[in-house]
Amino acid sequence: MPETTNILISGVGGQGVVLASEIISAAAMEAGHDVKQSEVHGMAQRGGSVVSHVRFGPRVFSPLVEPGTGHLLLSFEKSETLRWTGLLNPAEGVIVMNTQEIIPVTVSQGLSDYPHDAVERLREAGFRTIAIDALSLAKEAGTERAVNVVLIGAGSPFLRLDQDLLRKVISERVPPKYRDLNMRAFDLGLEASGG
Amino acid sequence: MPRMLLSGNEAIAWGFRDAGGHFAAAYPGTPSTEILEAIAPFPEVYAQWSPNEKAAFESAFGASLAGARVLVAMKHVGLNVAADPLFTSAYTGINGGMVIVSADDPSMHSSQNEQDNRNYAAFAKIPLLEPSDPQECYDFVGLGLEVSEKYDIPVLLRSETRLSHGKARVHTKEGRTEVPLREPDLRWDKYVMMPVNARPRRVDLAKRLSALAEFSESGGLNRLEFGDRKIGIITSGISYMYAKEVFPEASYLKLGMSYPFPEKLVRTFAEEILKAGGTIYIVEELDPFIEMKVKALGIPCRGKELIPEIGELSPEIIRRAIKGETYETKPVSGAPSRPPNLCPGCPHTSVFFQLNRLKANVFGDIGCYTLGALPPLSSIYTCICMGASVTNAFGFAKARGGDEAKRTVAVIGDSTFFHMGVPGLMEMVYNKGVNTLIVLDNRTTAMTGHQVHPGSGKTLKGEETVALLPEEIAKAMGVNHIQVIDPYDLRATREAIKGAMAHDGPSVLVTRRACVLLPEERKRWEALPKFVVVEDRCAGERCHLCLRLGCPAIFVFEGKARIDRTLCTSCSLCAQVCPKTYNAIFPENELSEVKDA
Repeated sequence: MPETTNILISGVGGQGVVLASEIISAAAMEAGHDVKQSEVHGMAQRGGSVVSHVRFGPRVFSPLVEPGTGHLLLSFEKSETLRWTGLLNPAEGVIVMNTQEIIPVTVSQGLSDYPHDAVERLREAGFRTIAIDALSLAKEAGTERAVNVVLIGAGSPFLRLDQDLLRKVISERVPPKYRDLNMRAFDLGLEASGG
Repeated sequence: MPRMLLSGNEAIAWGFRDAGGHFAAAYPGTPSTEILEAIAPFPEVYAQWSPNEKAAFESAFGASLAGARVLVAMKHVGLNVAADPLFTSAYTGINGGMVIVSADDPSMHSSQNEQDNRNYAAFAKIPLLEPSDPQECYDFVGLGLEVSEKYDIPVLLRSETRLSHGKARVHTKEGRTEVPLREPDLRWDKYVMMPVNARPRRVDLAKRLSALAEFSESGGLNRLEFGDRKIGIITSGISYMYAKEVFPEASYLKLGMSYPFPEKLVRTFAEEILKAGGTIYIVEELDPFIEMKVKALGIPCRGKELIPEIGELSPEIIRRAIKGETYETKPVSGAPSRPPNLCPGCPHTSVFFQLNRLKANVFGDIGCYTLGALPPLSSIYTCICMGASVTNAFGFAKARGGDEAKRTVAVIGDSTFFHMGVPGLMEMVYNKGVNTLIVLDNRTTAMTGHQVHPGSGKTLKGEETVALLPEEIAKAMGVNHIQVIDPYDLRATREAIKGAMAHDGPSVLVTRRACVLLPEERKRWEALPKFVVVEDRCAGERCHLCLRLGCPAIFVFEGKARIDRTLCTSCSLCAQVCPKTYNAIFPENELSEVKDA
């Protein structure tokens, strides 16, 4: 039986993590997979740390990715990438991350330090890490709001899903006048990650 | 069959619509909120936000007597509020089918406790359905309505966070089955629960329960799945999925209806497993609800001695508990703690900033504003349940008396005020309280994702309706000291709080400013110039007063304050806080004038 694909999408509440997960889940379903997706709503979303789990394959039971089994961590914020590394498969897990920094209040209050060198730490630990400036690429595509589509594009070579299917699902979910902009965002992300 | 990617909550909504549901009511609460939001667009179903769960339950019950198929949804603690009608509705029974959805929150992702509401089914003596995935959420709502009508009893359908918010493929029916309203049922001997009627209804309830126990054995909701007989797992709800992930080959007794308890099925399952020399495990989240009943049958099994009773389960926890194994991991440390916080420009910020500086005894309530308890605002000392701020503050002030009573303040959101704050205010006025009530009126139910409420002037279906004002309610209750202010005015906020605290009698302060996340507000502030710190004017570590707002947009760079443009909502509070001697924060369009000066 082919194994289940385990994807994690992390970021800060309000960044569009949930929407990105829904796009990936919808594409997986269109590809004929059984799909489970899970994240937490409510208080956690008020600027807090957010992670969404997406699992797909022939038959998926649990909606949660077990620690040590994730195939891809798609991260919307630099420091948030570190938080979820324990969920990745230590040998095969790939990280595609945004280098954007959103400083938590605990750091501005002097209660903790911000890991500006997160990318280096991840590479030192041996994770294949692709770091891109998704915010700039989104601006280049036409709006900061396209950050999540840039990141889906960047992560697409590792999603084990057909890229045209992802493009199709994104197109269906955005207003027609933003379709081209989002396709550009997807391609810029894909290009930046070397896909 | 059409298939869709649905969350458990959305699947419940579709299940209700397709099963001919007529009337749905709820008060928003994570993780249940999306059920009514998903029902609202269906033209075939009447749907409403009620002021609280008790009102929602009772309205739905009334609609059931009118012959409608009804659904009432709430988070776990909401059922505490609706518990009064719940218990008696088991005695009376219903007319049109009634499904009560309780969405529990193990691990308290967005709740004040993690009570296991399966206990309510046994406590109130009503059948309990426990779906394991969104498909079963969809199917069980229709089944629940049928069971409710057939056995004349409301049915509790229990979901939880990972099921309510988890998405999966759902195969739906080819559309809605229209079910006509039943004839109204107003038999006084069935619904007037005075002793002469309640006593026979109690006996009748016992009869209905024993019929339901038979259904629990043979109705198909409880399923034997024999595989490897060395491991026999009795489980329900989402725990079934976690267990299947870890033990795909094991034998299962999957309980879709765990109350009334299917004793015969459990005995059959246990005999098979024990005969083969296997071990029986009870895998369930939170309380040993199933385990206690299995043990009461004298069946040897392993449950809470292995599986934690606290917090949500996961495949990892079950793997470690039963197999003693985990997968290898390689965590990289260094992520700073990132607790949730009030948003940049949150209109509650200035109120907490000033309450902290005025050293008030602040009693909090349920909503985003509970985050005012966290540093640096650090100004709330309690958060118990909906509406408790008002009455907790009243009691505290009453017991202390004197100046301390006057320094006692309750803070409550507008939606929470309408939910359960109003009777508290009555308590405060009637029993001669001297404390202050601040209604943080951000014009919406913000925490759960901006639902309308009795102060909005709109219904869930988007119709125009009356808009209640907290200050007018306070006035009608006889409060003399009432003030309404804009919390974006930092000085006015301070003066108003001081004035209310000084007043010798109950006082009500309404701080009115719409939540920055509301679409119309977003449009307003997105058009405004962002605020910036003039670096050479910022006093840096000698001051850092602006950091005490706890605004996520303000951070320190090389000792000086800086504002993240992408987060700033131009509320101007930081510029108001910045001492006149430094005068370092301005809207960016005024910057050139400042630099020239």
